[in-house]
Amino acid sequence: MLLIDCPHCGPRAEIEFHCGGQAHVVRPGVEVEDADWERYLFVRANPKGAHLERWVHLHGCGRWFNVVRHTVSDEIERVYPMGEAPPGGTAA
Amino acid sequence: MNQPYRLAGGGAIDRTRPLQFTFDDRVYDAFAGDTLASALLAHGVHLMGRSFKYHRPRGPIAAGAEEPNALVQIEHGGGRTDPNTRATAVEVFQGLYAHSQNRWPSLKSDVGVINDFVSPLIPAAFYYKTFMWPRSFWDKLYEPAIRRAAGLGEAPHQPDPDRYQHRHAHCDVLVVGAGPAGLAAALAAGRAGRRVLLIDENPTLGGTLAHTSTEALADWRDRLTEELVGLPDVTILTRTTVTGYYDHNYLLALERVSDHLPPASSVRQRLWRIRAGRVVLATGAIERPLVFVGNDRPGVMLASAARTYLERFAVLVGRRPLFFTNNDSAYAVASAMKAAGAEVVAVVDVRSDPKGPLVQAARDAGIIVRTNAVVVGTEGRHRIHQAALGTLDDQGVLTGHLGTPVGCDVLLMSGGWNPNVSLHSQGRGKLRYDDGLAAFVPDGGQQQSASAGACNGVMNTARAVAEGAAAGGGAVDAPAFEEPEEESLRPVQVVPSDRSGARAKAFVDFQNDVTAKDLGIAVREGMISIEHVKRFTTTGMATDQGKTSSVNAIAIVAEQLGTPIPAVGTTTYRPPYVPLTFGAAAGHSRGRLFDVVRRTPMHGWAAEHGAVFEDVGNWKRAWYFPRSGEDMHAAVQRECKAVREGCGLMDASTLGKIDVRGKDARAFLNRVYTNAWSKLEPGRCRYGLMLRDDGFVFDDGVTACLADDHFHMTTTTGGAPRVLAWLEDLSQTEWPDLEVYFTSVTEQWATMALSGPDARDLLQPLVEEDISAAALPHLAWMEATIAGVAGRIFRISFTGERAFEINVPAGYGRHVWQALVDAGEAHGLCLYGTETMHVLRAEKGYIIVGQETDGTVTPYDLGMDWIVSTKKGDFAGKRGLLRPDLQAEGRKQLVGLATLDPDVVLDEGAQITAEAEPRIPARMLGHVTSSYMSPNCGRSIALALLAGGRERIGSHLFVPQLDGPAVEVEVVAPVFFDPKGERLNG
Ligand SMILES: [Zn+2]
Repeated sequence: MLLIDCPHCGPRAEIEFHCGGQAHVVRPGVEVEDADWERYLFVRANPKGAHLERWVHLHGCGRWFNVVRHTVSDEIERVYPMGEAPPGGTAA
Repeated sequence: MNQPYRLAGGGAIDRTRPLQFTFDDRVYDAFAGDTLASALLAHGVHLMGRSFKYHRPRGPIAAGAEEPNALVQIEHGGGRTDPNTRATAVEVFQGLYAHSQNRWPSLKSDVGVINDFVSPLIPAAFYYKTFMWPRSFWDKLYEPAIRRAAGLGEAPHQPDPDRYQHRHAHCDVLVVGAGPAGLAAALAAGRAGRRVLLIDENPTLGGTLAHTSTEALADWRDRLTEELVGLPDVTILTRTTVTGYYDHNYLLALERVSDHLPPASSVRQRLWRIRAGRVVLATGAIERPLVFVGNDRPGVMLASAARTYLERFAVLVGRRPLFFTNNDSAYAVASAMKAAGAEVVAVVDVRSDPKGPLVQAARDAGIIVRTNAVVVGTEGRHRIHQAALGTLDDQGVLTGHLGTPVGCDVLLMSGGWNPNVSLHSQGRGKLRYDDGLAAFVPDGGQQQSASAGACNGVMNTARAVAEGAAAGGGAVDAPAFEEPEEESLRPVQVVPSDRSGARAKAFVDFQNDVTAKDLGIAVREGMISIEHVKRFTTTGMATDQGKTSSVNAIAIVAEQLGTPIPAVGTTTYRPPYVPLTFGAAAGHSRGRLFDVVRRTPMHGWAAEHGAVFEDVGNWKRAWYFPRSGEDMHAAVQRECKAVREGCGLMDASTLGKIDVRGKDARAFLNRVYTNAWSKLEPGRCRYGLMLRDDGFVFDDGVTACLADDHFHMTTTTGGAPRVLAWLEDLSQTEWPDLEVYFTSVTEQWATMALSGPDARDLLQPLVEEDISAAALPHLAWMEATIAGVAGRIFRISFTGERAFEINVPAGYGRHVWQALVDAGEAHGLCLYGTETMHVLRAEKGYIIVGQETDGTVTPYDLGMDWIVSTKKGDFAGKRGLLRPDLQAEGRKQLVGLATLDPDVVLDEGAQITAEAEPRIPARMLGHVTSSYMSPNCGRSIALALLAGGRERIGSHLFVPQLDGPAVEVEVVAPVFFDPKGERLNG
């Protein structure tokens, strides 16, 4: 069970959180083409290594934030607030 | 004393506390401190079980957690029964009652042993290959037959009466295992002021030194233990096994609090949920069996086990032990047994010229050593009585017999030592093959952890102590003891034998009855991955998780494949390290405490008035209110009529309620609902539908405008948490620019739905304000004082009747409810439950999210085009609805179904077909989503999702039923009652 460092509450057990999947997926406007909308709805990265993902401290402060988790080791490399640019400056 | 194999002195048993226990209906003596296995061995009893597949007689080979054979059922009646318990781990208490498993009629004469004679017919993977077809034989023949023939213990038939606890623990350093390395690690960390948790599976600390006869080692152990006990931040748990090592240094440990005491003494077991800053694994090593023909006969044991029985329990496992080894460690055991009075027959050593100090000491004691020698077979029905020996050449080829078979009453084997890497591997640490040990050792941990001592391949006590201390972050003096160095072992994967035939079996996995031959079959059948071999043969998949078998299996497969052992790799070690009881896993979470029960403020009233409840999520909801003599059908039919003819009252408190507030609240609603909210004025409410971004219906409910920046949103009962979570998600992550806040107020309000033509006449006298149609029309709301309580009245109708939804603070719920019930007497008020609510709304064709929708249904599919705004900007689902598939022809649409026979009620969930008896596979046109007998329509009604449904209105289709023929139906519009909707106004 992961130990996640909530930016507001500190390190807490994984059962207090809910994972919201890949972070920095940009929600397009209604005018986009079907292919772009499909990419937004369904297409996600599946990296072996660092994965940028959204978590919410559901049974705690209720706040969303971003996490960099290594998909092999499950090590959490970084926690950073919503709205902050992804580490390295590019979205996955 | 009737314990012929118990020594007169020594051991860690308490001879002042004799005990009696029962095994297979016979009463035996024991001493406090005995295990079931040690006490039986003290009586010369080796036969303790039958093997899983071949029903071969089996005795214990080990003295600890790794035991594969001696599985027994502990039985104390009243639901207290534990199958598949290792006799080597059961501490005897007065009155312990145990019996053997997997035998009939008795352990000594088991008819299942026929499997052993026909074993050529049931080789590896026999079950997979044979019991496949025909399908119908599975449930009736194969499964029951296999269950009976190849079995373990019996599952309990009654609830477990014992108490179990969970406990959370946090520590700086967790040390697993209190042998030399573990004690040193704990002490080093404890001295440095760390919060230390030291866990050991045995009753006393010390590991291999727990019962040593070497004074210097015992002194060292006692000195360290004493200092540890005195350290304030060191917690020591004995009789506790770490069973799982998970991510981020999270571990589970099972503490057997009172398993060593008569039942019902206290808490039985405690599950520790540990988060450690750093983990030091000091889990020792497990001796490796040798794989030779007849190695599973009772009396064949690991040499180290014989030493434990001698030192800890003062039990000689046999008087005439024969040893079979490929390394030095067995010699120490031979010398110790000889010193204790045993007549050591010989040490059979596969090596050509062993001459280490331990070998020399044995020779000096007069023990015969046979070199270049092997055991080629054993004899004895329920216990070994002789072994045949052979000679080996340097290539490992059998060159001949070595004399005539020698008599013995136990055969003590040692194939070397396997570092106990289970937890390291569970924690995703890597392994590397060590040629010197012929075993796998840790090769770097992934987590904040270290392995120290024998589990890290360090077999020397002084070096183990140094390594443990370093892992604990300090230094600890080693014992003042010069340990004899050992020579290297000679690996021998499968001991050659001249024996052949079906019963000449050399076992690798004792518990799952996997032989060296089976592994050969697997390789010949094309399995080249060890993971495939494992599943094909089931080696290492028994309850002992391959503790004694896995390394041997890997080595044999490597030999068969002609590849080096490291290339074969290891299988994955998985939790739990030892079996965990369901009771411990559940802890307090059972019965009443299994899950939260949510009750409304009016629950007590409903219970007192005979309501039958149904579970909706965690909620208890009144389902219907039967009068005396009424069944559910009769009650629901009566309730349905009464609401439409007079008035009815229902508890709607479970509806999700979310307070939405902030200057951008209205803009936010516009983005999460499909319809427009810009013009909804304070005092008005509106029905809204929520979609996910993919365009499918997610939830629905009525939201009221309290003020320009303040709204009261309602959701479905089951949807409340996910709607709130969705709103928070969008607000925090998608539209953080909008200023809006959400608060769940579901439990703050008691909600009562009063419906029917007489509803206003009943309610008005209780309310101070004017609630006439002019003052409070349909879809309006007002602050009001109801029965003296300040609350809100909403004109919302889920029945299609004139209706009032009364909300008062939860604490006043029952008071106001009672006032309504009292006032209702003059009006013939009917109390109704959720079933009547379902029928009434279906008569009106109102959907229930989750019943008419399943996550693939759009508003257009439901015929609710009117609720999707085409004018406003982006909202959740707007772009999703434009997807080609959601616009396609032939999508399933909501329709009504009218059975030609009005008395027939369709099965909910039934499929719809074009013909009464379509050819299989039939084309499914849709399915029934809701189906009821409607007293107000005087016939059955049903809603359905039907492909191209609206175009099929008027056509006839068929609905196959669970029992009975397909029912012919006419497709109709999905509104059965008051289609113009005139009743809810006024
Ligand atoms: Zn938090």
